Order: sequence, then C-alpha cells, then structure tokens
Amino acid sequence: MTSPTDHLAHTHTPSVTDADGDLATAARTAPGQERRPRGRRLLRALPAVIGLAVLAYLPYLPVELPGVLPGRVNAPGSMQLLATCLVIGGIALSYDVLFGRTGLLSFGHALFVAAGSYLLTISLSTWALPLPLAVLVALVLSTALALVVGGIALRVGGIAFAMVTLAFAQAASIIVMRNPGGVTGGEEGRPLDRDAVPDLLVGVANAPYRYWLALAFLVLAWVVVTLLVRSRAGHAMAAVRENEQRAAVLGFGTYRVKLLAVVVGSFLGALGGVVHALVLGGSNPHLTTSEFTLSLLVMVVLGGAGHRWGAVIGGVLYTYADARLVEVSNAAWLENLPDVVGQVLSQPLFILGSFFVVVVYFAPSGLTGLGGRLIRRSGTR
Amino acid sequence: MSDLVLLLVTGVGLGALYFIAASGLSLIYGLMGVLNFAHGVFMTAGAYAAWLTMGALPGTWPMAGRLVIGVLVAVAVGAVVGLVVEVLLIRPLYRHHIQQVLVTVGLSLAGVAAAQGIWGADPRSVDKPAWMSGTTELLGARLPNDRFVYLLVALGLFAGLLALLHLTRLGLVIRAGVENRTMVEALGIDVHRTFTVVFALGGAAAGLAGVLHSQYAGAVSPAQGGSLLIFAFIVVVIGGMGSLTGTAVAAVVVGLVQQLANYYAASGVGDLSVVLLLALVLLLRPTSLKGATA
Repeated sequence: MTSPTDHLAHTHTPSVTDADGDLATAARTAPGQERRPRGRRLLRALPAVIGLAVLAYLPYLPVELPGVLPGRVNAPGSMQLLATCLVIGGIALSYDVLFGRTGLLSFGHALFVAAGSYLLTISLSTWALPLPLAVLVALVLSTALALVVGGIALRVGGIAFAMVTLAFAQAASIIVMRNPGGVTGGEEGRPLDRDAVPDLLVGVANAPYRYWLALAFLVLAWVVVTLLVRSRAGHAMAAVRENEQRAAVLGFGTYRVKLLAVVVGSFLGALGGVVHALVLGGSNPHLTTSEFTLSLLVMVVLGGAGHRWGAVIGGVLYTYADARLVEVSNAAWLENLPDVVGQVLSQPLFILGSFFVVVVYFAPSGLTGLGGRLIRRSGTR
Repeated sequence: MSDLVLLLVTGVGLGALYFIAASGLSLIYGLMGVLNFAHGVFMTAGAYAAWLTMGALPGTWPMAGRLVIGVLVAVAVGAVVGLVVEVLLIRPLYRHHIQQVLVTVGLSLAGVAAAQGIWGADPRSVDKPAWMSGTTELLGARLPNDRFVYLLVALGLFAGLLALLHLTRLGLVIRAGVENRTMVEALGIDVHRTFTVVFALGGAAAGLAGVLHSQYAGAVSPAQGGSLLIFAFIVVVIGGMGSLTGTAVAAVVVGLVQQLANYYAASGVGDLSVVLLLALVLLLRPTSLKGATA
C-alpha cells in the first residue's frame, strides 16, 4: 500500500527537492526567520492586505452585481451568502492542515466542525452558559475529542486512517440524528438561543456584523496556519507529508507531528463550527455528515492542497457555486436540451462533482496551482 | 428464546447484505489499493435499474419473476458501470492512489446528485414478492422470509468468489496480485486486464447489493447507497482489507452486533456499537488492517 503522500509527490513536480529544502530549512534556520529582505516581505504581503481591506469594506458598497450576487453587495442576502462562503473557506483551510500540509487523508473532519457548532448551541441553550464561556467550552471539548479520536485513528496510516476517521464521524452523525435527550434536535438541528447572543449578531439587518465575524475567523485561521507552516512543527509536517519514513529516520516523532496536525486542524475546525453556528443562527445536522467532509476534501483539492491560498479559494468558490449554480437550471439555453440533461444540471453537486473529477485530471495542483502556472510563478508555497 | 432466534436470524440476514456490499469493495481494495467511494453509486445504479425494470415489465407477470429479471439487470448495469469507470477514470491514474480515491469521491457526489435530479430526493417504494414479506415459523420464532433470501444469495456469492479465486487462472492472478502486484507484472502477466475484470465484478456485486438493499428497505432513494457503503467500509476494515473470508466473518459479526445491541440496549445503539467494535479492533490488532491475502 502506498502512503497518502503519493499524490502530492506527483502534484508538486519538484517534490523531492522540496522535501529536502524543507528539512534543510528546518535544520538550519530558527523558526520564523526568513532571509528575505524586509522590503520584499512587505511587498509580498501587500496583495493580501489590499484584498482584506476590500473585503472588510464590502458592507459599505451599495452596488448591484447582476448575476453574481442576489442583490446589492451590502444587502442582507448577499452579506449572508458571502459570510457563509468565508466561514466555509476558513473551515476548508483547517482541513488543509491535515490533508494538504501533513498528507493525512481524514474523512472525519466534519466531526470536529459539528462538535464546535453543536457544543456552542447546546451550552447556550441547554446549559444556559454565557457566550464567552460557551465558546470556551465548545473549543476545549472539541479539542479534547480531537486528541482522543486522533490518538486512536493515527494507530493506522493511509487509507485505513481515512476509513477509521470516517467511522468515528459516522458515529457522531448517528448520535446527532437520534437526538438523545432532545439536546441535538435530530434532523431539525438546534437553533441558536437568540437571547444569549449579543444583539449585533442577531437579525436580518445585522448581517454585516456576521459577515465581519466570518471574515475575522478566516483571517485568524489563515494567520494560525501560516505561522504553523513556517514553524519547526510545520516543517516537520511537510517532511511527514513528503516521505514519512525518511522523516522518522531523521528523528522526527512522526506520530506526535501527525497528532499535532489533527489537533490544530480540529481546533480551527471547531472554531469554524462555532462561527458557523453564530452566522447561520444554529447547528445543522448536515455539518455532521460524511458528505460534508467529502465536500471539504473537494474544496481543498479544487483550490489546491497545501498551497497558501488554495483551501480558502476552493472553500469560498465551492460554497458560492453550490448556492448560485441553481440559477443555471433557469438559464434560457437549457430549454432546447432534453429534460434529463436539465434535471441533472439543476443539481449543483452534479456540476461540482464532475468539475472536481476534471480538476483532479487536468489540474492536479488545483485552481491556484493552475493560476500560478499560468502567470509563470510556480511554487506558491 | 424465540426473541434470540429472531435476532440471530435477522442479524445474520443483515450481515449477508453487508457481505454482498463489502465483497466487491474488499476485492478491489485488496488487488488495486483503490478505496472505491463510487461503490455507493454502483449500488444506487443497480437499485434504480432494478426498480425501473420491474416497473417497465407487465404487471401481470408474477412478482418473483419480475424481481429476478430486475436483479439480473441490476447486476449487468453494475458490472457495466464498474467497467466503464475503471477504463475511463481509474486506469489513467494508475499508481496515483489518492487521486483515484478523489475521482471516486467526485463520482459519488455527482452520481447521487444526478439520481436526485432525475428521480427526486424522496424514496420511491419498491414492489416486493408476497412470499418475501411473509414469515416462517421456526423454533417458536416468526422469521421474515427475505432474510433467508439474502443469506442464500450471500452464501452463493461467497462460494462463487472463493471458487473463482481458487479454481481459475484469473483467480490465481488476482490472489497473486493481492500478495505482490509488482512481482506479477514482472512475470509478464497483464494485471491491467485483471483490474478491469475485478472492477466489473465489484460493480456487479454492488448492483446486487443495491437491489437487495432496496428490497430490505422497501424503497429506492439516491442516498441509500451511501448509507450502506459506510457499513461496508467498516466491515472491510474489521475483516482485514483484501481478505474475502475475513470480510464474510466481519459482516456476520457486524450484523449480529447491530441487531442484538438495537434490541437489548436501545434503538440506535446498534449503529454506535459497530463503530465501537471497529475502534476496539483497531486498538487491539492494528496490524490486521494492513491487508491480507485473498
């Protein structure tokens, strides 16, 4: 059996030298120290800062974008859609810590996102905790869960790890659907207790505040992942991804490195679940399903696994397409086609799934990798 | 006593269903190292093919006859779908295991969505022969007849696959391939053709599982394949991936545990205890998961 690093070795063309570079950097330089001139570092950060400023300014933008957004950019509907896109983008980024950065193919990431979401709504409503304490409880318990599940699942590697994480997530999904003691709300989900949340986050008119909350989560997740990737532990993760045996021989405790990746990824995922619950006003059982984990995987690969912007772009685009592709079924050119084609194309997941297969074939490093190639700048990492 | 007999028989019947679903998965994984997420779509394809066939046949025909034809069509459709998927999508990605998994993931999403678009997300009820809905009195327990059908089909499939693996040249190549694929290639045997055959076989078994599961549930729905697939995965992992006998034993154990826990603990505990069983197996014997001989 081949390790999960297999595809990465093929997608990153200079993978061998890549791993060497990572190991060498890890050995020679102290964490976070880059030998690039300060001015160039600032210049490199400029597009990100400008992009962030534009995103933060969107709620003040009363412009119509016909066909792109359902209304004006700062209308509540558009804000809510964009906020959802950003949250899912951040959650996809948290999954990339496992899949893209460490090469762990987990099919159970939904478990931790759902844990964050449900623990928040449950501690607010059932346990009547104040919001800060509820967030803390949700994060601490989810991270502890990640330690236990990761500790067990990491006893096997590769495809077996994927199956075991899938089984754990499935167990959680079953529990949530069975609605024990009425705490999870079964198929209905659990609504957010509106009285326990600040007024700014409740109501249609306050959609911009939820949008900013989502944006803040995405920025936080991005900063944490960037710091982690540049740290010594991040280099060890890259080494494990490229060649686990070699990393072990070089003296990295690969089990601990992988567990760290699971715990950090799950912590960010749980935080994403908390924000998801606040933005969407409750916990939805869809978050617990294996389908959700699969869609996270699709997002990360679509965007470009292990790339700086890959997961975020993949997550945002996927969520946006999922919400907006329904419009395709109303398009005029579809009228001339047979019914079956129309029925199939009216399903966003059909288009996304097929597009995903195409991407796996023709752009194995994802959309960002493709874009990077197109503007002749390979190795975005 | 009669309760216990009933639970044992229904548990074994459920295990038979799991075995039919998992056998193709296990063979494909053992030989090719492909974790086939599209297996659920193969099952859904089989279930819908049988449903459409049974609906298209004249209603005056006996129900059992229509079901048999439906099963045959489902098996054929499953085999063709498996064949096409292997040749068009899996083969070009030979040796890129994760990308193969990703392609099957994409297929599973697109396939379920397509079925949902064409036939709707709601379950459609399936006709069942009167005899299969009835019960048989045995040892004081009233046993549902359909469980015996599943058990017989599973036993037939198990025997057939064992015979194929141990008595034919193809089986020899498959067993050798599971053991050491590189060596088989080095000996000048075309493993690729074997891959295609195994995928078609797995697809046929999946189609069969799809029909029987729709009979079990009394309805077809797009998401049905996916829910059976999860348990098939668990069975394959517990049984040792690539081992047919292990898969059979694990399927029966999982079916029994699920039924007994559902009855003696509470409804829904069965599904959970299966996952616990998996965790336990994993903690005690992590090596059993690294694959075994067919």
